[in-house]
Amino acid sequence: MVEIRPQPTDQDISEALAERVRRATAEGSPLRLVGGDTKAFYGRPVDGEPLSTREHRGITYYDPVELIVSVRSGTPLAELEATLADNGQMLGCEPPHFGADATVGGMVATGLSGPRRPWAGSVRDFVLGTRVINHEGHQQRFGGEVMKNVAGYDLSRLMVGAQGTLGLITEVSLKVLPRPGACHSLRLEMPLADAQTRLAEWGRHPLPITAAAWHAGALHLRLEGGPSSVAATRERLGGDELDADFWTALREQTLDFFSREDTRALWRLSLPHNTPSLALAGVQEADLLHDWAGTQRWLRSDLPADTIREACARAGGHATCLGSREGPGQPDPFMPLEPVVAKYHRNLKAQLDPKGIFNPGRLYAEL
Amino acid sequence: MNILYDERLDGELPDIDKADVLADLQQAAPGLTLLHREEDLRPFECDGLSAYRVLPMLVALPETLEQVETLMKRCCALGVPVVTRGAGTGLSGGALPLEKGVLLVMSRFNRILDVDPDARIARLQPGVRNLAISEAAAPYGLYYAPDPSSQIACSIGGNVAENAGGVHCLKYGLTVHNVMKVEVITIEGERMTLGSEALDAPGLDLLALFTGSEGMLGVVTEITVKLLPKPETAKVLMASFDDVEKAGRAVGDIIAAGIIPGGLEMMDKLAIRAAEDFVKAGYPVEAEAILLCELDGVEADVDDDCATVRAVLEKAGATGIQQARDEAERATFWAGRKNAFPAVGRMSPDYYCMDGTIPRRELPRVLKGIADFSEEYGLRVANVFHAGDGNMHPLILFDANRPGELEQAEELGGKILELCVEVGGSITGEHGVGREKINQMCAQFNPGELATFHAVKAAFDPERLLNPGKNIPTLARCAEFGAMHVHNNELPHPELPRF
Repeated sequence: MVEIRPQPTDQDISEALAERVRRATAEGSPLRLVGGDTKAFYGRPVDGEPLSTREHRGITYYDPVELIVSVRSGTPLAELEATLADNGQMLGCEPPHFGADATVGGMVATGLSGPRRPWAGSVRDFVLGTRVINHEGHQQRFGGEVMKNVAGYDLSRLMVGAQGTLGLITEVSLKVLPRPGACHSLRLEMPLADAQTRLAEWGRHPLPITAAAWHAGALHLRLEGGPSSVAATRERLGGDELDADFWTALREQTLDFFSREDTRALWRLSLPHNTPSLALAGVQEADLLHDWAGTQRWLRSDLPADTIREACARAGGHATCLGSREGPGQPDPFMPLEPVVAKYHRNLKAQLDPKGIFNPGRLYAEL
Repeated sequence: MNILYDERLDGELPDIDKADVLADLQQAAPGLTLLHREEDLRPFECDGLSAYRVLPMLVALPETLEQVETLMKRCCALGVPVVTRGAGTGLSGGALPLEKGVLLVMSRFNRILDVDPDARIARLQPGVRNLAISEAAAPYGLYYAPDPSSQIACSIGGNVAENAGGVHCLKYGLTVHNVMKVEVITIEGERMTLGSEALDAPGLDLLALFTGSEGMLGVVTEITVKLLPKPETAKVLMASFDDVEKAGRAVGDIIAAGIIPGGLEMMDKLAIRAAEDFVKAGYPVEAEAILLCELDGVEADVDDDCATVRAVLEKAGATGIQQARDEAERATFWAGRKNAFPAVGRMSPDYYCMDGTIPRRELPRVLKGIADFSEEYGLRVANVFHAGDGNMHPLILFDANRPGELEQAEELGGKILELCVEVGGSITGEHGVGREKINQMCAQFNPGELATFHAVKAAFDPERLLNPGKNIPTLARCAEFGAMHVHNNELPHPELPRF
């Protein structure tokens, strides 16, 4: 096991957090759980007393040979990533930060993944265990520091993307991956239709692609893997070399496409592989950025929410409105659930947070 | 230890007259096949954990979703428990029937509904066999990654219920990483879709929650899985060691070299000999342990990785290293491992297969512990180990015809699982809790955590009608049987009611 150098900032304040939760339950007063507060735009605003995890930080276990790291939720994401990089490893889901203060807890609570997601997996795919403070202020542990574990219900993965509505995450155990031996990014000018055809074709072959985004007349690709296969694929595909910073800018939404000057709403369309372009009146090619080989499309548009959502639903997907990021999004950010699914969401919330103290309304008004 | 349903500990079940239930269901669902005579029920009395057998009250074999819906609605109204079963290959008694319950057998839903090579997904009915998915995808150069050793027979519905694994999990994940969407019928007979053909779906990740929930939250009626492109090549190295600890360390060294093998398996001497006797895989029978390391991917990378792994193994003290020369030899190397269970089965009238996971660094300690238990109980234990992901399958050899030996084997198994928990592992990596490990759950989780599991159950099935008694023990059971950790004679969470 690697000696983890303790940081002067490391501390365990879980008991203080638990005490605060007990008080909130006793008083029936809602909490707004917050880490670095870098992803507040992703969801509905929460009316509650802020409870910050930021002082609860530090890596508690890391053994590169086991490919597992456990980390307190308030730990800055950048700190975790730096420690992993020192050991030649990384988070496979390539999470966006959206600010220097981003925490590990925020990554798990929002469940947002970066360009590598279709090939490597999402945040939830890498979560092996969680420690959670429940509504009674009890600290509970689900999953653990092993790769395979099917004992009990999978509450760890349920917490991913739940945006703190089911409990307060205090620690997570994650599977990590070795950094690839070689990396090369390239840019191929081609029309969208050609890119779609090629991506479908390439998807059926074991090519070392780990990112694929089409925008403004060009397909951007990242190749990662062993030096031999990356070199061979690079040779085969040709194209212009692309600075790897492109992927950071795409992930962090700092490309011009995401500019705040653009006052139109920003939509995230999540669609099945090989979905053709959606028929949306007035939407031009330049209004779209196709990431994740076309399964995550960013759209700038002021079309009515229902129009966008219906088009996505017809294609087997869904749409999330991230608003203009200037203020709270006008339409509800998340697509409404089917009535039966919504019923079981309410039942689950009522069981795990009967007083409604954990981020009420963050995902949906009734949760 | 008797693991059959015990109403005193596991909760009361309603007493309902079998004839009344049969008449009700026949009237509500006229076309539904219902078995009720003892000789017809007999084939369904157990799953893969065949030491335990219970005749269900009735067996239902629906062929349409409407029949499943009606069945659920009627059972819900009558208060009759429903145990769902797929191919019945599960090793933890997850589909063990209840005397007072209906066994819902999904095997007639066995159609592959769609294979979409461009979207790289397959839509399946729950009774489709695991291997049949890869066979259907093969013409497109695609396959379905999770490959439990029962893949010839086990069905995808059961794989979802147990979150099944296999030998390629470290690189390609478990069932939960490879399922995109499921259609569910709830205990109230409602239909709902969880997940999506897109890479995510709005709301809570109920798909993850349902995967591995052992049929306790709903009945899965359709599954959409992700298909992967077949690796261009796969090569396997076999290394022998004169010491199991050295083999264990070599596993860590391979990972430390930045390589994630497609498969990384370890077998100890007893397992090696059993396999060699059975399939003549060319295993070195004098070795104390062997490692099988499969590297897959693009040809050029695999060649580079083979060279790296070979160097790592040499440095780790391997006494012999062989690379399979061709596809046929690769298959032979794997045949020994994949047949390890039946091979061990030939050495002994009965064997009991365990499924603990441990952090890999604890392997020497756990192997030593298993050897000590083996000696203490006078029962041989063969070790087969998914070394890459820390999932152990100790096989305890015993003879059920000798009075008391099954109980001894179970007790030994229980001790191994408790040791796994003690070193920071889990009582089950891929076989599930079912009924088999219900008592060991009390060692892995404290009463508060178990109460949270019961709360999840209550959200989907408040009357406890779906597979009652499996997966999550009652606190009463833990208080009586479980290895609930009592420190200074103080029970944890004294505020919780114990019934």
